[in-house]
Amino acid sequence: MADTANPAHGATDGETRRDFLLYASSAVGVVGAGLALWPFIHSMNPAADTLALASTEVDLSPVAEGQAITVMWRGKPVFVRHRTADEISAARAVDVAGLRDPQKDEDRVKKPEWLVTVGVCTHLGCIPLGQKAADPRGDFGGWFCPCHGSHYDTSGRIRKGPAPLNLHVPEYAFLNDKTVKIG
Amino acid sequence: MSSVSNNKIIKWVDDRLPIISMMQHSAVEYPTPKNLSYWWNFGSLAGLVLVIMILSGLFLAMNYAANTGLAFLSVERIMRDVNYGWLIRYIHANGASMFFIVVYLHIVRGFYYGSYKPPREILWWLGLIIMLVMMGTAFMGYVLPWGQMSFWGATVITNLFSAIPLVGEHIVTWLWGGFSVDNPTLNRFFALHFLLPFVLVGIVVLHVWALHTVKSNNPLGIDMKGPQDSLPFHPYYTVKDLFGVGVFMMFFMAFVFWAPNFLGHPDNYIPANPMVTPAHIVPEWYFLPFYAILRAVPDKLGGVLLMFGAIVILAAMPWLDTSKVRSCTFRPIYKWFVMLFIADCVLLGYIGGKPAEEPYILIGQFATAWYFIHLLIVTPLVGWLEKPRPLPESISAAVTKKEAV
Ligand code: HEM
Ligand code: FES
Repeated sequence: MADTANPAHGATDGETRRDFLLYASSAVGVVGAGLALWPFIHSMNPAADTLALASTEVDLSPVAEGQAITVMWRGKPVFVRHRTADEISAARAVDVAGLRDPQKDEDRVKKPEWLVTVGVCTHLGCIPLGQKAADPRGDFGGWFCPCHGSHYDTSGRIRKGPAPLNLHVPEYAFLNDKTVKIG
Repeated sequence: MSSVSNNKIIKWVDDRLPIISMMQHSAVEYPTPKNLSYWWNFGSLAGLVLVIMILSGLFLAMNYAANTGLAFLSVERIMRDVNYGWLIRYIHANGASMFFIVVYLHIVRGFYYGSYKPPREILWWLGLIIMLVMMGTAFMGYVLPWGQMSFWGATVITNLFSAIPLVGEHIVTWLWGGFSVDNPTLNRFFALHFLLPFVLVGIVVLHVWALHTVKSNNPLGIDMKGPQDSLPFHPYYTVKDLFGVGVFMMFFMAFVFWAPNFLGHPDNYIPANPMVTPAHIVPEWYFLPFYAILRAVPDKLGGVLLMFGAIVILAAMPWLDTSKVRSCTFRPIYKWFVMLFIADCVLLGYIGGKPAEEPYILIGQFATAWYFIHLLIVTPLVGWLEKPRPLPESISAAVTKKEAV
């Protein structure tokens, strides 16, 4: 095996040429392997049928003031809360500059009495409590996430605990006074 | 090498594939320190549990259906209708806990006797990688029965990656294959849960290879200097390891037969419901210390970084520990700090299982701080300042003189 002498050995000119060929072909190999990897990585992203998601229509007529309902959208709960005048004024009295994720209540709703948010804690994805009358609502009267103790206010904004962001407001539109379409 | 046996057939095979002399070399003659204590039994036990997990898992997989509509029911069917299905599942579910008990004790052993120090750094790192892969495997396995804890555990853990700036959300969507933990997630977790144990086997082979290159540490922490310090692995340690297997199996089977759900969580017998988070979600016990560290920080990214940091930092032990002496037997001060550190980890485990309210949050923050203070400050400082007790001149000298061990 080892007795085939390498004639190019020692010839500096040949070595740089070989080095270049080695680096060039390695680079092509690495890029090629990376490209070949991509279909596999991308296959793990949401498939076409998962992406083709319907929107959800919600009938608001049975939801009395002070009540809330939870509807399913894209496999996640969406909170629809019929806020009381007190809850609205509490949400609007806050000094926005002092918030972790500063946002005015006015910018988070289309109609002040209806708050629509994705009911997923922005910390690690639990569903906060506060939809049912008997639920704890945290220190700010909105929602309380039992997983690691995040408190949200009556505008769904993060006020205390580890979550970084306010409850997300999904895209939605009022089809008429009593029907809202989410998504 | 070739003097492996007088048997012609064995010799014929061995001359072509030296598998027999390799076994002879690494499991029979392999020189092992003669003073190993029972703390050295946990390595072989970890290997045993890995085999048990692969076998029990294989038979579970024959009856399991990785589909959100079927998974929970297929596990119930394993429990009620499949012959001895309950036994196989209880072996597998409790086996995961046994795996962590054994591996954590194995790590504590290395910690106390300085087994991470030169020349065993790579051996130590391979061990940490094994621990990480085990954690991933166990996490994904726990998702498979698709109960409430499965679902919400998966949700919380995958969401950890959303803390990564900019790409976090994309990574989480990619992990899920959708917009929440759902059927694509369950499918890929099953595929990976099946694969990773075999990856573990590969890393274990490297781990043992590294071990056989640098040889075992021992309670005195001093090197073997000659044949008088060692015993052949077989029969001395094969028998001792087998004795350990007997004791361990009694412990393991006591759980399987008498308290099969003691280490689990009752909420996982409620089918997954993406609309309701259980009031008190906790991971499996073996993740609790890390979970406590995650919750100690009131900042999402900070908590996640600290939690992963708690494991990664262990890889730096060979440099963090500045002492020239390996074994805590001869380290009058550091010894107590190591015990305190282990107590701190147990405390973190306790806190991780408690709800996120006072006084647990505050205790958790102190315990987390101590975890890092111990590793980053106490360990290097004590290594410099402490005056170790004199080391015995050799293992055999210490053993024959019955010196304090
Ligand atoms: C490193 C080794 C392994 C660990 C730590 C591990 C861990 C786990 C855990 C914690 C569970 C959940 C148990 C429960 O509460 O029901 C589980 C379930 C499962 N595992 Fe594994 N496993 C391992 C190896 C394997 C292998 C090699 C296979 C397949 C060949 C497998 C197949 C399964 C199946 C089908 C389930 C679902 C049924 C059930 O939940 O009981 N596991 N595993
Ligand atoms: S998931 Fe809500 S506080 Fe952590």
